[in-house]
Amino acid sequence: MSQIESGYVKKELPKSLGTIGAILLIAGIALGITSYLVDPARAAFSYLTSFIYLICIGIGSLFLVSLEYAAGAVWSVPFRRVSEFLAASVPFFIILVIPLFFSMHNLFIWTNPIAVAHDKVLQQRSTYLNIPFFVIRDVIIFLIWTAFYFIIIKNSRKQDVSADQKLTSRNIKFSIAFIVIFAFTISVISFDWLMSMTPHWFSTIFGVYLFADSVWVALAVLTLFSVILTERGYLSPKIRSDHYYSLGILMFAFTVFWAYIAFSQYMLQWYGNLPEEIVYYVHRWTGVWKYISLALVITHFIVPFLLLLPRGSKTNPGMLKFAAIWIIIFQFLDVYWLVMPSMVDNGFTYSFSWIDFTFPLAVVGLILWLFSVLAKKNNLLAVGDPKLKRSWEFHI
Amino acid sequence: MNRNQNSLFGVAALFDSPDDILNAAKKVQADGYKNYDVNTPYPIHGMDSAMGFKASKMGYVTLFFGFAAATFILAFMWWALAVSYPLVIGGKPFFALPAFVPITFEFTVLTGVLSTVFGMIAVVFNLPFNNHPIHDTNYMKSVSSDKYGLVIEAEDPLFEENKVVELLKSLGSKNIELVYNPEEEKFQIFQPRFLVFLAIIAVLTAGSTYITLNKFMYLPPFDFMLNQNKGVSQEESSFFYNKREMRTPVAGTVAREYIPYAYTGETDPKEVLSNPLLPTKKVLELGQKKFLTFCSPCHGNYADGKSRLMGQFPPGPTLHSQRIINFSDGQIYNVITNGFSIMPSYKRQITRDERWAIVNYIRVLQRAQNPKPSDFTEIKEINKESGKNVPN
Repeated sequence: MSQIESGYVKKELPKSLGTIGAILLIAGIALGITSYLVDPARAAFSYLTSFIYLICIGIGSLFLVSLEYAAGAVWSVPFRRVSEFLAASVPFFIILVIPLFFSMHNLFIWTNPIAVAHDKVLQQRSTYLNIPFFVIRDVIIFLIWTAFYFIIIKNSRKQDVSADQKLTSRNIKFSIAFIVIFAFTISVISFDWLMSMTPHWFSTIFGVYLFADSVWVALAVLTLFSVILTERGYLSPKIRSDHYYSLGILMFAFTVFWAYIAFSQYMLQWYGNLPEEIVYYVHRWTGVWKYISLALVITHFIVPFLLLLPRGSKTNPGMLKFAAIWIIIFQFLDVYWLVMPSMVDNGFTYSFSWIDFTFPLAVVGLILWLFSVLAKKNNLLAVGDPKLKRSWEFHI
Repeated sequence: MNRNQNSLFGVAALFDSPDDILNAAKKVQADGYKNYDVNTPYPIHGMDSAMGFKASKMGYVTLFFGFAAATFILAFMWWALAVSYPLVIGGKPFFALPAFVPITFEFTVLTGVLSTVFGMIAVVFNLPFNNHPIHDTNYMKSVSSDKYGLVIEAEDPLFEENKVVELLKSLGSKNIELVYNPEEEKFQIFQPRFLVFLAIIAVLTAGSTYITLNKFMYLPPFDFMLNQNKGVSQEESSFFYNKREMRTPVAGTVAREYIPYAYTGETDPKEVLSNPLLPTKKVLELGQKKFLTFCSPCHGNYADGKSRLMGQFPPGPTLHSQRIINFSDGQIYNVITNGFSIMPSYKRQITRDERWAIVNYIRVLQRAQNPKPSDFTEIKEINKESGKNVPN
């Protein structure tokens, strides 16, 4: 399998990509530190929002990579390397989580001994919700993710040179293991960082909710990068509308999947109307949150659903780019909606703040910068993959 | 489609591999044939573009019926549960949208799927025909197991039997078959064998449904719901001391929003009872409705004692007597509530507010019988304003 056969010629990405990424990253970090100095509590909530958003993109991309291996998918081989680059933030989670560990007393009411002493429910949950166990399990989860990231990515890159089929079969085993572990760990992450902000509230489907979110946004980022790179000739000219169609239909599927999960959770709690459950939605139905909740239904489901429904829009690069950008923006709104109304549970009142803009800059910067650094060293196409040839013959 | 009996339908050719059939389809398409079709045991990727298919229009059928079904079922649930027969379910609003979403979703999907299937059957079989000429041919048997087939139909403007056979041979087909239209449209539905089959299916379905619903459901563990350890009204209790399963409320218990009437048996509560309702149009309409329902049978539609039960029942007195005009509102209310002479108590049939509304309406009737001079001037003024020319 030579590079000529796949039509791939390695081209340097424009230097400006890395520069823009670095500038955004530094600006985001500088503004973020300023915001921590100005209002540490508000900054902690903003930081958590962006951190969850970054987790969604990073681990969702790694999931897409492992899904391709586990399912033996052929169509997505030309895009796999893009997903691998987008997953590059996974090893940074363990560093990025440190500021959050230091602001846990702002984020979680259950870290406050006085509050726990007056609350029977929190006392009973303290076997799970206590600081040492919380820190240990999350650190272990991030380490496991990092380990899987390095194993899978290393095998994939080695194959570019050796074109060894054994590397694929080895990655298949690791991918299957990762998917099982991922299902469990993403639930733990969602329970720990998002659900425990409203510590009386519980929803067993919540892990699936975050899973749907993360795969959805990972697909959108992958689509945006892939379409732009293909259009500018950085990927292979052999990528056709059939490949685009598959990206589009997956985004469409996860749009519906998210709506299904989100509505399942909402309807059951709305119907039951139990005080400890409905409080979550009451907080999201008071004041401005009522309009954001309604906006979420439209922007997170109805608009992408209608955008991606026609066959024509799934093969149209311009439409795909638009849908992807739309999803990237409104997925952030969803994470914002998950985090911010819970400020009330911790004794703060929500008000919009400039701080909310600082950390997303760093997220975008980090992703762009990592992408440009990795693209300099590695091929943008998995040229050694044994499935690549079949991928060019992929028809829907 | 023209189906002349026994005429040639087309030429069918069998190929051995998916690559052969893809090439054949491309060649036939390139040669300009329009009426041809490919039959394969499984979908072959790339066939659509090889045959030059454009995107199917079937999606629009599904879309239309799906949206139509969603609109219909939402409107129907709104009408049934919020307009026609409003029921409070679980303390939710009558139009409880979240509860309707699953039903809307299921109905949309079901209708979408069924319309797609029936639409496809209609197109493929060219209804009202219920059969396709290539059914029951050896060609069909082969392409449903391990061969790949291509049929060029005789309808095609370019169709010439010899040329088509040559073309298919040159493409590598080893097995070419001429397919004729069936002699007669066979409606296999009416064959006795099929009818017996249907009857057996019907009996089996009905029987198993009957047994499931009437027998299985009363066997453990399905009867757990029936045999709950709970109190049932009218049954003897082994728990409570007086052996009554249903508890009686504590003495003096009052239903929510019910205000007990304190003057039972007293004849003149006028000092303490005053009418809480103003004689607005709405109140008077309510009073009129209730008066005509409960009072008019004895007192007459105009409260003049000329009732439709005259002679069959002790007549109710006129309410226009000076004595009753002098009654206070509270006294009339007391009479409706407690009854008077042979008039029974109406406190169970008529609610508190309705009784006060009736009192207001009786006052209107009395005033109409004994108008003050000022009433006439008022009526004249009203008529003048509305442009009516009524004497007096």
